[in-house]
Amino acid sequence: MNFLLMTVLVAFRVLSRNRMRSALTMLGIIIGVGAVIAMVSIGEGAKAAVQAQIASFGTNVITILPGAMTVSGVRSGHGGAVTLTAADMEELKKIPGVTYAGWARRDAMQVVHENKNWFTTVNGVTPSYLVIRSWSTVSGDFFTQTDMDSAAKVALLGNTVIMNLFEPGEDPVGATIRIKNMPFKVVGALAAKGYDTRGTDQDDVIFIPFATAERKIMGTKFLGSIGAGFLSAESPEQMAEIVEEVKRVLRQRHKLRPDQDDDFTIRNQLDTAKIQEGTSESMKLLLLAVASISLLVGGIGIMNILLVSVTERTREIGIRMAVGAKRRHILLQFLVEAVVLSAMGGLIGVGLGVAGAKAASNLAGWPTIISGDILVIAFGFSALVGIFFGLYPANKASRLNPIEALRYE
Amino acid sequence: MSMIVCRDLVKTYRLGEMEVHALRGVSLTIDAGEFVAVMGASGSGKSTLMNILGCLDVPTSGTYVLEGTDVSTLGENRLAEIRNSKIGFVFQNFNLIPRTTALENVQLPLFYRGIPAHEQKALALRALERVGLADRQRHHPAQLSGGQQQRVAIARALVTNPSIILADEPTGNLDSQASREIMDTLTQLNREGITIILVTHEAEIAGCARRIITMKDGVILSDRDAGVAVARVVPQEAQV
Repeated sequence: MNFLLMTVLVAFRVLSRNRMRSALTMLGIIIGVGAVIAMVSIGEGAKAAVQAQIASFGTNVITILPGAMTVSGVRSGHGGAVTLTAADMEELKKIPGVTYAGWARRDAMQVVHENKNWFTTVNGVTPSYLVIRSWSTVSGDFFTQTDMDSAAKVALLGNTVIMNLFEPGEDPVGATIRIKNMPFKVVGALAAKGYDTRGTDQDDVIFIPFATAERKIMGTKFLGSIGAGFLSAESPEQMAEIVEEVKRVLRQRHKLRPDQDDDFTIRNQLDTAKIQEGTSESMKLLLLAVASISLLVGGIGIMNILLVSVTERTREIGIRMAVGAKRRHILLQFLVEAVVLSAMGGLIGVGLGVAGAKAASNLAGWPTIISGDILVIAFGFSALVGIFFGLYPANKASRLNPIEALRYE
Repeated sequence: MSMIVCRDLVKTYRLGEMEVHALRGVSLTIDAGEFVAVMGASGSGKSTLMNILGCLDVPTSGTYVLEGTDVSTLGENRLAEIRNSKIGFVFQNFNLIPRTTALENVQLPLFYRGIPAHEQKALALRALERVGLADRQRHHPAQLSGGQQQRVAIARALVTNPSIILADEPTGNLDSQASREIMDTLTQLNREGITIILVTHEAEIAGCARRIITMKDGVILSDRDAGVAVARVVPQEAQV
């Protein structure tokens, strides 16, 4: 231990003699480690932001959309069918593992408040829909099942709508807005959710009870026909099973023959999450490749400079052997120098990486997450690189013949 | 008691196809406290003999017993330990580690002995005092004169309290004034009881020794008391 400690001290002294050379040798490791830490921090930050976006959709949500309908050979595209109904959803609610069932239909409309007006999406929804999609209010409250049953003219406003229809700081709750020239009482202001994964503003929205929309605003071609159904599952594990059951129940209710296509489409939130995971997996692999290459290059740099150092210090090695250094002492000395170089490079790299990540979030406004794990891993790897690439030169030094080494000019 | 007993030392190098017979059977006994000079032209085998006596090399055949231990069959690690504990080297070109202080240079053998740092320092300082350089302990080799550097090297050889000091042309790179000082130092150390083996081709330097061994073509040509040897060797040197 004593010997190792002194060897480390000697290594520091030797390396500080050639400051410029040591610094340049470390550069590869510094850049490698620094880049990896900065990139991982930015990547993790971006991932967390996307995950928050996905979570803003609600948790464990299964979306059911009406399918395409063919009328006289003309296919209507998604949502064209009117066969998906509120009654279907009531039935689907009975599937084990389903906690909530909600539904909605929407239409884009002009809304007016006093002298301001705004074109937005009006959604007729069930109260359970608001729960499934993780909406919350900043003031006022959701409308209730009673509002739903009585087709009350009440509305919940998204943040974007509020900003466009009301003065800044004005509380919209209690105000009256007009939709299709019909007065609606604002019962709640919704908390902002921001943009979804597709870049759509989720807050540019008005919610009214589904019954109100169906009976008073939008009308219907088919009683109970809905624009989209939503189910929430108790746990992510149950989602695949529920999807199968939904398919079975709907096919049965819609009396589809085995040779007919589904007249609905089921979207599983997990699929979105999986795509996201896949993206971050390939991002990780890319980072790993970049890190490996830069550490490899850095390691080769260390090996190269150490080989030069062994040659330069051949006589010193001979002297050390003459006064009693064993081969392992010489091996250790050069190995320690390599590790000191790479570990110091790693440490500086960690510092620069953290600074880079901080700069990215402060100057460019990117979300970054610096995890302690990656700092430790990056530093540990740089030390390992030192051992790996130091072995060859150190071994070469320890294999020198003392007599020849002493005569070396 | 005999410190060094060599029997029929043979050393053969192989240089490609060629075999070089550096030593062709050298038998030699050196007692504790002796001051021996080994002389001979280059290629006479004196360097090879020194390397073997210094445990830097092992003979091809023959035995070398150092203080009762047959070292001719030992492995590298044991040889390193023997170099560390029993042998002090003084080289022609000083062989100090550059950009390292005199004190640290002297400490070096103790470093490989694994003793605590403060003990290393105390012993090294005492060794520097013995060669009269205690006030130069913080100097780097480049800041010292040749004579001073060689005295640091002697201190390094002394610091382990070795059985023998092997000095290979210790004055070869020094002017006559510094040479005299170095020889005085070595003579003084010998008087204090340290066995010294000196390799030189200068008769005057060899004259400091009490016994002179002359080598030629890998064998011992003569082995005499200093007084006689000097008289014989001087004309030989003059011819070279």
